[in-house]
Amino acid sequence: MSSFISFLINGISLGSVYAIIALGYTMVYGIAKMLNFAHGDVIMVGGYVVFLATSILGLPAWAAILMAVVVCTLLGITIERIAYKPLRGASSLSVLITAIGVSYFLQNAALILFGADTKSFNSVVNLPSLKLMDGAITISDETLVTIVVCILVMVLLTAFINKTKTGQAMLAVSADRGAATLMGINVNKTIAVTFAIGSGLAAIAGVLLCSSYPVLSSTTGSMPGIKAFTAAVFGGIGSIPGAMIGGLLLGIIENLSKAYISSQLSDPIVFGILIIVLLFKPSGLMGKQIQEKV
Amino acid sequence: MKLKYRKRALRYNLITYGMVIFFYVLWEIMMNTGNMSSLMKGMLVSLCYYSMLAVSLNLVVGISGELSLGHAGFMCIGAFTGAIFAMTIGAALPGWLELLIAIILGALVSAAFGFLIGIPVLRLRGDYLAIVTLAFGEIIKNVINVVYFGIDSRGPHISFKDSLSLGLEPDGVTIIKGAQGISRLPRNATFTLGIILLLISLFIVLNLINSRHGRAIMAIRDNRIAAESIGISASKYKMLAFVIASSIAGVAGVLYSHNLSTLQSTSANFGYNQSIMILVFVVLGGIGNIRNSVIAATILTILPEKLRFLDDYRMLIYAVVLIAMMLFNSAPSAIEFRARMAAKFARRKNSAEVDDER
Repeated sequence: MSSFISFLINGISLGSVYAIIALGYTMVYGIAKMLNFAHGDVIMVGGYVVFLATSILGLPAWAAILMAVVVCTLLGITIERIAYKPLRGASSLSVLITAIGVSYFLQNAALILFGADTKSFNSVVNLPSLKLMDGAITISDETLVTIVVCILVMVLLTAFINKTKTGQAMLAVSADRGAATLMGINVNKTIAVTFAIGSGLAAIAGVLLCSSYPVLSSTTGSMPGIKAFTAAVFGGIGSIPGAMIGGLLLGIIENLSKAYISSQLSDPIVFGILIIVLLFKPSGLMGKQIQEKV
Repeated sequence: MKLKYRKRALRYNLITYGMVIFFYVLWEIMMNTGNMSSLMKGMLVSLCYYSMLAVSLNLVVGISGELSLGHAGFMCIGAFTGAIFAMTIGAALPGWLELLIAIILGALVSAAFGFLIGIPVLRLRGDYLAIVTLAFGEIIKNVINVVYFGIDSRGPHISFKDSLSLGLEPDGVTIIKGAQGISRLPRNATFTLGIILLLISLFIVLNLINSRHGRAIMAIRDNRIAAESIGISASKYKMLAFVIASSIAGVAGVLYSHNLSTLQSTSANFGYNQSIMILVFVVLGGIGNIRNSVIAATILTILPEKLRFLDDYRMLIYAVVLIAMMLFNSAPSAIEFRARMAAKFARRKNSAEVDDER
């Protein structure tokens, strides 16, 4: 029983990371209607920035994290400006391929800059770990911090979208871009802000991911990126609570199947459950069913 | 009107076959006269199977209009079917017969999987369909990595744990060793065989497109509701395109497995990265344009190898070229710019003609 609880809590922690990444995917999809395949690689960039800042510049953890968020936010805006903005109005497939190009670019640039050897990442969280039920369950500090950060991000993001003018503009653009333009909303600026927030979240996810799984290489972000994308679809792409629930469920399922079934079969199980869910709810758990008109 | 359409389609098809045959003859001559680098020689078969994968994926993405991100999964099924056959029954057969049966088996098994996967997948739309095909591709790749398969005098054995739990008799051989895959394969694929298979695939796809079925598939792509209202069964025709495409991908996989001595299922060869690579061939070649898929697959397979002298920078340059080409090809402002330049050029030509008349 106690091992089940600790697997569950680790699953929630992994799921929280997926959820933060999935938020970036789902926001960009909701507003720009594009699959940003390079999102996973922004996570990797965030990890490297923190690694460099702490090991070479010797900055304290909070400053390193701040730096990672700033760098990734700027990176997100730059990518949007150079690669995606000129393609606004082009077919979604060409935007997808461009995003794949950006993803290759980031991975290979990291490979050249930092070399092919994996770096061992020192956790930025250094708190005592929590012991429950007379020490039968040990929850590591990284796990706790990840879950807390995830809740914080969720609350802040919901408040931002519902309470601020920019957030309302984002909702409007995602509902109907044409009508939003007519209402005087600056669509280009709104999309840029979305990319900035998504990439900033990716940086936070990168730090959390590398603190829990301390290996850093140029492909660190690609598999979590794909999993988070799966989570976003699972919850209903475009829906923010959906991304959150999808990410958490995915993390829990992955960790439990790793523990009780087979570590090699955990990915097939996760993807299998995704397929089954989509069969019964073709637009995800929280997705909107759009009626087709002739 | 109908005749004109047919004539144009026929010309397009003949140019496509001619182009493939021309390059086949050219490269065969270069190879036999010793004018070809060993690097290029090693790539010839891979050009064939990448072209086949691109052509078949274009049938799904371009003609049927469904974004599939799991095409490498069908290649994986074909590759393992072909390799298992080559290591068991096929080992006793002469080389050509083994290849022929392996290809037919690969096509059939992949088609069967295409059908099974198609039932749930083709009910979904757009990005949901894309993620489910991606999921299937990953499932296939990962499940094969935990399969242990052996054969002895009592028949075949299969296990999901390790090779010991197969419980083989002393005369038994383990064929699939989990993540280590299948080793000591015959390696008897040739460039000629690859070209023949590519021509057959092109023949199937091009004839399908210009047939009644092909027009039905394109009608569903352009407007599903309108197509259904005139009595075209959307699910039937989508399935047709999907099954044919997965079958061709399976044959490409058989070719792939017969070009290697060790077959493993890794994320580099059967993962979503490979599926995306094939999609890049299709999109850069032009969606729905079968001939250009072959050209794009060939150029984009040769290009990274030719850039090998750049070492680490090669994939970086590849990425930049990819982004630049997408921006140039699809950005609305770039299209407008090209149209303006073309109009300018045409005007100049016209005014020159007017001058001549004077």
